[in-house]
Amino acid sequence: MADQVLLTIDERRVTVAAGSTILEAALGAGIDIPHLCHDPRLVPTGACRLCIVEVEGERGLQTSCSRQAANGMIVRTNTPAVRALRRTALSLLLSEHRITCTTCDKDGDCLLQDYAYEYQADESLFPNVSPRPGQPNYTTGNAAIEYDPSKCVRCQRCVRFCSEVQMAEALTLRGRGTQVEVTTGFDVELNNSTCELCGGCVNTCPTSALYDRPAKGLGRRRDLVKVRTTCSYCGVGCQMDLNVNRKLNRVVRVTSEPGCLPNDGNLCVKGKYATDFISDRERLTKPLLRVDGSFREVSWDEAIQAVAKGLTALRDQYGPDAIAFQSCSRCPNEENYLMQKLARMAGRTNNIDQCATTCHAPTVAGLASSFGSGAMTNSIAEIKNVQTLFLIGANPTDAHPIVGLEMKKARRKGARLIVCDPRETWMASRADIHIKHRPGTDNMLINAMMNHLVATGRFDRRFVAERCEDFDAFRANLEAYPLDLAARVCGVDADLIRKAAEWYAEGTPSSIFYTLGITEHTCGTENVQNLANLAMLCGQIGKESSGVNPLRGQNNVQGSCDMGAMPAHVSGYQKVADPAVQQKFLAAWGLPLPTNRGGRITDFIEQAGAGVLKGLYCMGEDLIRSEPNSTKVAEHLSKLQFLVCQDIFMTETAKLAHVVLPAACFAEKDGTFTNTERRVQRIRKAVEPPGEARPDWQILCDVATAMGYPMSYAHPGEIWDEMARLSPSLAGISYERIDKVGLSWPCPSKDHPGTQFLHKGSFPRGKGLFHVIRHRPPAEEPDKDYPLILSTGRTLYNYNVGNMTLKSPAISQKQSQNFVEMHQEDAARLGIQDGDMVRVVTRRGAVTVAARVACKVNPGALWMPFHFAETSTNLLTNDAFDNITRTAEYKCCAAAIQKP
Amino acid sequence: MDWAPAQRILQQMSPVGESDLIPLLQNLQDTYGYLPAEVLTEVSRQTGIPTSRMYGVITFYAQFSMKPRGRHTIRCCRGTACHVRGGQSVADAVGRVLGIADGETTQDGRFTFETVACLGTCFLAPVMMVDNDYFGLLRPEKVNSILDAYP
Ligand code: SF4
Ligand code: SF4
Ligand code: SF4
Ligand code: FES
Ligand code: FES
Repeated sequence: MADQVLLTIDERRVTVAAGSTILEAALGAGIDIPHLCHDPRLVPTGACRLCIVEVEGERGLQTSCSRQAANGMIVRTNTPAVRALRRTALSLLLSEHRITCTTCDKDGDCLLQDYAYEYQADESLFPNVSPRPGQPNYTTGNAAIEYDPSKCVRCQRCVRFCSEVQMAEALTLRGRGTQVEVTTGFDVELNNSTCELCGGCVNTCPTSALYDRPAKGLGRRRDLVKVRTTCSYCGVGCQMDLNVNRKLNRVVRVTSEPGCLPNDGNLCVKGKYATDFISDRERLTKPLLRVDGSFREVSWDEAIQAVAKGLTALRDQYGPDAIAFQSCSRCPNEENYLMQKLARMAGRTNNIDQCATTCHAPTVAGLASSFGSGAMTNSIAEIKNVQTLFLIGANPTDAHPIVGLEMKKARRKGARLIVCDPRETWMASRADIHIKHRPGTDNMLINAMMNHLVATGRFDRRFVAERCEDFDAFRANLEAYPLDLAARVCGVDADLIRKAAEWYAEGTPSSIFYTLGITEHTCGTENVQNLANLAMLCGQIGKESSGVNPLRGQNNVQGSCDMGAMPAHVSGYQKVADPAVQQKFLAAWGLPLPTNRGGRITDFIEQAGAGVLKGLYCMGEDLIRSEPNSTKVAEHLSKLQFLVCQDIFMTETAKLAHVVLPAACFAEKDGTFTNTERRVQRIRKAVEPPGEARPDWQILCDVATAMGYPMSYAHPGEIWDEMARLSPSLAGISYERIDKVGLSWPCPSKDHPGTQFLHKGSFPRGKGLFHVIRHRPPAEEPDKDYPLILSTGRTLYNYNVGNMTLKSPAISQKQSQNFVEMHQEDAARLGIQDGDMVRVVTRRGAVTVAARVACKVNPGALWMPFHFAETSTNLLTNDAFDNITRTAEYKCCAAAIQKP
Repeated sequence: MDWAPAQRILQQMSPVGESDLIPLLQNLQDTYGYLPAEVLTEVSRQTGIPTSRMYGVITFYAQFSMKPRGRHTIRCCRGTACHVRGGQSVADAVGRVLGIADGETTQDGRFTFETVACLGTCFLAPVMMVDNDYFGLLRPEKVNSILDAYP
């Protein structure tokens, strides 16, 4: 076969894919060749020379990491000559290395140590010239990373990783000869460089030259166990190893292995450095009961009884609409499944929701109406082969950093990049086309693109005819959206819109990526439907590397929807209203499914304010900090007769609760998360929960039982199995099958391999449905008093309300304060300098934060993150909602800037 | 910092990519006399060439310097031959006369003072060089009058 080569290594015949190196061929065949500067993610450099081998018929020795395997090659990896040279090379490396294995954190996990031992390298063969330790360098004050040049073997893995994979370009080598050291440009402190704290340099370093500073002294390899689990922050679902010191009951550091799906050993700052919250002293450790206005510690028994009594009484007195259950997209599938079962069986209500309503509910609703199923259509691994990337309202390098890395790969392979974003993001500043449109004008933009494509015949007639319906009404509607109108309304050059449309249409293939910039609008669902229109019009869906790809925000927001923690669906998107579904669940659960319509989070809050909702059981979410217009949320919630909060920290919402239940976090229990590409992956217990905190699934079982609906499981695996039996699209997935690598649903049977991309050949609803979408302006537009448009979003370093990430010194050192980005023209007019404190005011509230003056946003626009407790951005945001899913318009509201 | 000369260089060399880094740095150094960090940071912003990449190249080649250099460069030898014949006291004298340490430049921008491994004229030890001129068989008290000849 032409794409395979056959060679002989150490008398064994080895077949590998053409283009592989000798080293890859040998490692694949289980023949170990020492390799210090090799990392499969990096371009080989041949720096360490340990991987030398003999190739028959060639003079001298070859570095196997940089030499391609060829047909008929005869390779010897372990001859006396090779061994002798390796020994000398290692002895030389030792002479540049300060050998202190006795006190080194890397002892037992160090390639240099392993090879030196194996080859019995002689550390006294050459005089030791390692640099003096303890000199200040670029990491001296850094809370995340420590660099010790006296341990550095100058393999350059760190520098190459930072440049080739992360593309942060923070690192370089300084000097020449034996004086070479790793440093940043002009030796600036790491946090002042372009470093993104991904920790990739630390993870790839083969020695202890780069090490995680928080882990120093907390255990060597022999003291640590690695527990493979799934990151609990964003929807990428990175696979990572919690390095646990069992004696200390502590997660000491986080690592990841190259080769794993979906992240190939890469992590972002949150996965790598934001695990300090697990052992934080502020964790809740005892159940709390409000007695006479203040909290008293009580036994679990007393707390559970109080919860059950409180909820049952309200249910019995006022009916199923008086109580609601708030599940959690951060919790595992099993717990979401149990929460909706608890709501429906013990609570007898469809008042069950989770924070998808805060973010991607418009995706689920919009794509389901267009295609029949609402999820990311393609896998993360397909991104690198996309030829035209179309990003709209997505900032992957901050919010989904590992997806960002895959897009960077596509770029390196020559992909075109179109970014539509009111803000100059990392991707936008490197895009071929950046459409910097006004917030809230997405449908104007998309309609104009499609108008141009239809008018000039640049669309996929065959796809439209064969796979879609309702084209004519859709087409007629587009006529109202000519390019020049869109150019005016969006504030962008018509030519850019035209070119973006043409590139998208002709890409082979093109793929759309979007996030909350699309959904968090009063027209969120319509925005999503219009992107579906665009994809169908161009036939850019249902193929490998081509489709409509919402990047889900939370680790398990896909899963919490899949599990039926939503008013109208039970697990697997089976409709509560469907009689067949009702029968099936009656048989399985023993009671009929409730018949009330049920509401969403935003309804719960309003109904609490109106006195209709009387009791709320809230697992995980800090409603006051997460939902828009915090002041009003708090007012409404305080009217509840009974509020239960189950959380790992005392949140703002929990402070109002009548019962607070301490829960175990993701590192303290077993279960599964489903990432944005529908991949179900395991999480595993690594440490014991603090104090009396318990896994949510156990608490939910006890509450249900106390409410008169007994639930009991020995292990989360049993919960999964029950759910899978009842949910056709997940039926084939089991803990055994996903032990090593997760599976993406639909996976209907035990022999089904999972589904990489959706909608091949047909849509779940049959034909794809074109929707007529009109441009509707945001609920609140700028005026005389509030002349600016404020958008909110996430930064790379923090996550949501920040109560987990900000517990890490590494992160709080990098970013611990709120800020507002504004354009320099606006700043000049208002007499504001970069770094000045300013008051951001809306009709709902005001906060005082530092101004970041630049050109990242357009004149007239503002942008703020929402991670910071003291200056909570959601005091400002508008509680105006999407007409279909009740998702709030976080992405635009009218605001003013004042000098304090 | 006067940004105009750098702007001119960038215009002349436009479009500037990473492969132009060495000539770019040479032009900047010729114009400014050294490579000021503020100028490089702005050049990085405009060209997209990371400062880390610049710094790697600058520190690899001896021709580049990020510190302002004096009009004249003094090199005192600290090689073995010079050392045993009193090279250190000559270097000390230079430092005392100019009031600066090894690697520094005088306030008035007249001299940069460095010590080097061996100047290759050991038979003249102890030796120092000022720009391209050699001075051998030195004694500390000669330093003053030698330096006077370089305004
Ligand atoms: S710090 Fe580590 S990865 Fe970087 S050059 Fe030194 S030994 Fe290699
Ligand atoms: S942490 Fe990541 S971005 Fe920072 S220097 Fe290391 S590899 Fe580069
Ligand atoms: S990219 Fe997302 S899943 Fe991966 S480490 Fe970062 S936060 Fe975790
Ligand atoms: S691994 Fe091949 S030279 Fe280092
Ligand atoms: S030792 Fe000074 S010139 Fe050689």
